[in-house]
Amino acid sequence: MWSYALRRVLMTIPTLLLVITVCYLMLHATPGGPFDTERKVSAAVMANLQAKYHLDLPLWQQYLLYLKSLLQGDLGASFRYADWSVNELVGNALPVSLAIGGGALLLSVVIGVALGIIAALRQNSLIDYFVMLVGNLGSAFPSFVIGPVLILLFAIWLSVLPAGGWNDFDPRYMVLPIALLTFINVSTIGRVMRGSLIEVLNSNFIRTARAKGLPLSTIVFRHALKPALMPVVSVLGPLAISSITSAVVTESVFSLPGLGKLIINGASNRDYTLVLGLVVLVTVFAVILNLLVDLAYAYLDPKIRY
Amino acid sequence: MSLLQVNNLGVQFQTPDGLVSAVNGVSFDLQAGQTLGIVGESGSGKSQSVLAMMGLLAKNGKASGEALYNGQNLLTMSPRQLNAIRGDRVSMIFQDPMTSLNPYLTVERQMTEVLELHKGMTRREAKKRAISLLEAVRIPEAARRVDMYPHEFSGGMRQRVMIAMALLCEPEILIADEPTTALDVTVQAQILSLLKDLQRDFGTAIVMITHDLGVVAGLCEKVMVMYGGRVMEYGSANDIFYQPSHPYTIGLLGALPRLDHDGSELVSIPGNPPNMANMPKGCPFSERCTHVSELCISTLPPLAASAANPAVLRACHKAPQELKPSVEVVAHV
Amino acid sequence: MLFRSKQKAVAEAMAANLSMAAVEGRSPWADARERFLRNKAAVVSLILLSLVVLACVFGPMLLPHSYEDTDWDAMAMAPTWHNLHLFGTDDLGRDLLVRTLIGGRISLMVGLMATIASVTIGIVWGATAGFLGGKVDTVMMRIVDMMYAVPYLLIAILMVTLLGREFYLVVLTITVFSWMDMARVVRGQTLSVKSKEFVEAARAIGVSTGSIIFRHVVPNLLGIVVIYTTVTVPGVILTESVLSFLGLGVQEPMTSWGVLIEDGTGVMETTPWMLLFPAAMLSLTLYCANYIGDGMRDALDPKDR
Repeated sequence: MWSYALRRVLMTIPTLLLVITVCYLMLHATPGGPFDTERKVSAAVMANLQAKYHLDLPLWQQYLLYLKSLLQGDLGASFRYADWSVNELVGNALPVSLAIGGGALLLSVVIGVALGIIAALRQNSLIDYFVMLVGNLGSAFPSFVIGPVLILLFAIWLSVLPAGGWNDFDPRYMVLPIALLTFINVSTIGRVMRGSLIEVLNSNFIRTARAKGLPLSTIVFRHALKPALMPVVSVLGPLAISSITSAVVTESVFSLPGLGKLIINGASNRDYTLVLGLVVLVTVFAVILNLLVDLAYAYLDPKIRY
Repeated sequence: MSLLQVNNLGVQFQTPDGLVSAVNGVSFDLQAGQTLGIVGESGSGKSQSVLAMMGLLAKNGKASGEALYNGQNLLTMSPRQLNAIRGDRVSMIFQDPMTSLNPYLTVERQMTEVLELHKGMTRREAKKRAISLLEAVRIPEAARRVDMYPHEFSGGMRQRVMIAMALLCEPEILIADEPTTALDVTVQAQILSLLKDLQRDFGTAIVMITHDLGVVAGLCEKVMVMYGGRVMEYGSANDIFYQPSHPYTIGLLGALPRLDHDGSELVSIPGNPPNMANMPKGCPFSERCTHVSELCISTLPPLAASAANPAVLRACHKAPQELKPSVEVVAHV
Repeated sequence: MLFRSKQKAVAEAMAANLSMAAVEGRSPWADARERFLRNKAAVVSLILLSLVVLACVFGPMLLPHSYEDTDWDAMAMAPTWHNLHLFGTDDLGRDLLVRTLIGGRISLMVGLMATIASVTIGIVWGATAGFLGGKVDTVMMRIVDMMYAVPYLLIAILMVTLLGREFYLVVLTITVFSWMDMARVVRGQTLSVKSKEFVEAARAIGVSTGSIIFRHVVPNLLGIVVIYTTVTVPGVILTESVLSFLGLGVQEPMTSWGVLIEDGTGVMETTPWMLLFPAAMLSLTLYCANYIGDGMRDALDPKDR
């Protein structure tokens, strides 16, 4: 198990390096890009860029110094705002994204697993069809379609919730965004859970459990749940990655001042270094999340653990 | 009174191609401590018969008839009543030891839960008993092994674990569904000898399902031969093996390869297994039988006492004497 | 021994006359087509999708308005038969139906081009990795894993920020993140075909490698390629829509469904149809494409559920 864990951790390093390097080089290679010394920028910004990115040194030195500063947790300077470093901008936006994204992830796992179990146990009943319907809707319609429809429904026609914006963690502004993200994730998790539990319940070792006279609750929770959860765990990795996309869209739809909005604004403003810093940050985050999921999977499967 | 009395057991499956009758008119009775062997090809309905009794049919399956255990019909019991019996009074072991144990739970957990449930033992007491049973099935270092996961055991050892698990509550009946089919021959011999010893020590009645006549010969007192979902012949092992009175049984015995066989070809029963969705109106074996007549094809022969030997039940229109020339040959060889 | 020769002859005659249902041979393609046609959802989806494509391609030519025309009589009007503004108009009097269809052209065209590009890359990558095997395979698949681990939208945003939003660059950006599924699947299939007995047998009787590739490997790849092409299409269309919605897709004056949806979101309070129609078109297209993909998968590989 430990050798597997170690190997897995080591594997993330090339991925991270690759992404960071490619992005960094892309920034340098682009004519008219931020590091092109022909570029006209204000003196204050120029000073910042010089300080953070060492533009007067040879490329490979710039690169290594950049890596060093990353390791120290410094994401760089903004290309547009002389007064703000990327770290500061992130500091303001991160809590928002964490609250929405984290809350949604937690909720969707709990609800998704529960719905999947119920649907599997009551196959072809009304609740099963309901779960499958939610599953289909959530994955058929893109998040930027469901989102505005939710706003139309709850904020405009029913007027029970605000249409967007942020008010310092006021729960009313968090309901719709979290609901949107949860809905999308639950559709995947619910379907995977349902399918996998149905399959597990048809396996030979469950037949043995039934032959031993065990009651249904014991069979489901002691025998079937763990094997059934494995596909769900393995789907959490890619799901977390795609959640990032959903989060960016959600923040755009609901005008939330999170990392997603920050990166979109950065892109429209052509604030290259901000975008670079954010891409690096979120990629690191995504890779680590993926790693954790893989390790969890390996831990849960006795064949790998022992 | 018999321990288990099965009357006219039938199993039907609802399939997209219509209603399929996998088992028809199976009747037998099992006394305490007796061994019954159920023999037949794949698809003969032997597994489905016992799965029906244990309440383990697939969702689209339905059982009819009676399976009376201590006077109660297993087929019509509520799940709760059935659960009280399964694992405790009547146990079952399955064909594939590789997939029949839960890979995510330790052997200890899978064994102790049976005792906690049916005997109200504490986990510690249950563990002790589990270890003693693992030793009885000759698992080395049982006390250490019990905390391991199934994938750390070999196939033969896993089957022994299954047997130990089935015997934890000292059941009156053990049903073994082709327990050695998935194992290689040397291991097979060990498992069979183990079953024999355990039967002697615990006094359990065994229902052994197999397609291997050798297994039956070594272990069973009574034999039931099935084909196409129906009973062809039913009697004591001696009668069935030495004086088979049904063309199918004769065919099966004749098809056994022998070391002193002086022909150049292996003999087999011509034809193919029946299509259960499309059974002939008469005897299911009529399509492949060498003694077939018009009557055989049109009318189902009833399972009745043999004229030659009333202790044997057979389902055939021809009298045993008419089959005799072939029978003599078998006995001679 | 057991069967005397006369009985044996009878037995053999019986065996010859056995009432086994005659099984007609059928090519796997005919089989697959039949299975697909039996899948009602897939067939309906195919019809609907074809209608959508036809509408987008030919519709604008048949309608009286161009997508820029201002209809001074009908500003911000709800859907109506008047002047054939079946989807309504926006606050500049532009007909939404035409704009939706024109937007559809772009969305579908980007979808088509990105699909072709990513499928090509995927097949070449996967087949090479599978066929060469060994270290090359490991490295190539490692790269695929790394691509999966990267959140595509961020890199896409970065690429668009740097490279701009020309049409071909948008297609490129989408392609870069859409080839991995095909590569993985083609590599798996190549590996499995490579090790199948019939390839060994062909080698054993001396068939040349080229012949083996053409006669054995390629036909077995076709099925999976067709399946995953139909699976790639909705993903690609979706990616383009997301980028457009975020303002990072195709540029003015071009429009696509994502752009229309974003515009519609801004005015949905007063003119909800601006949002609902483009959203419905996009969703319908994605839904149909998904069902067709599922249908293909079931038809060509029924055991893989």
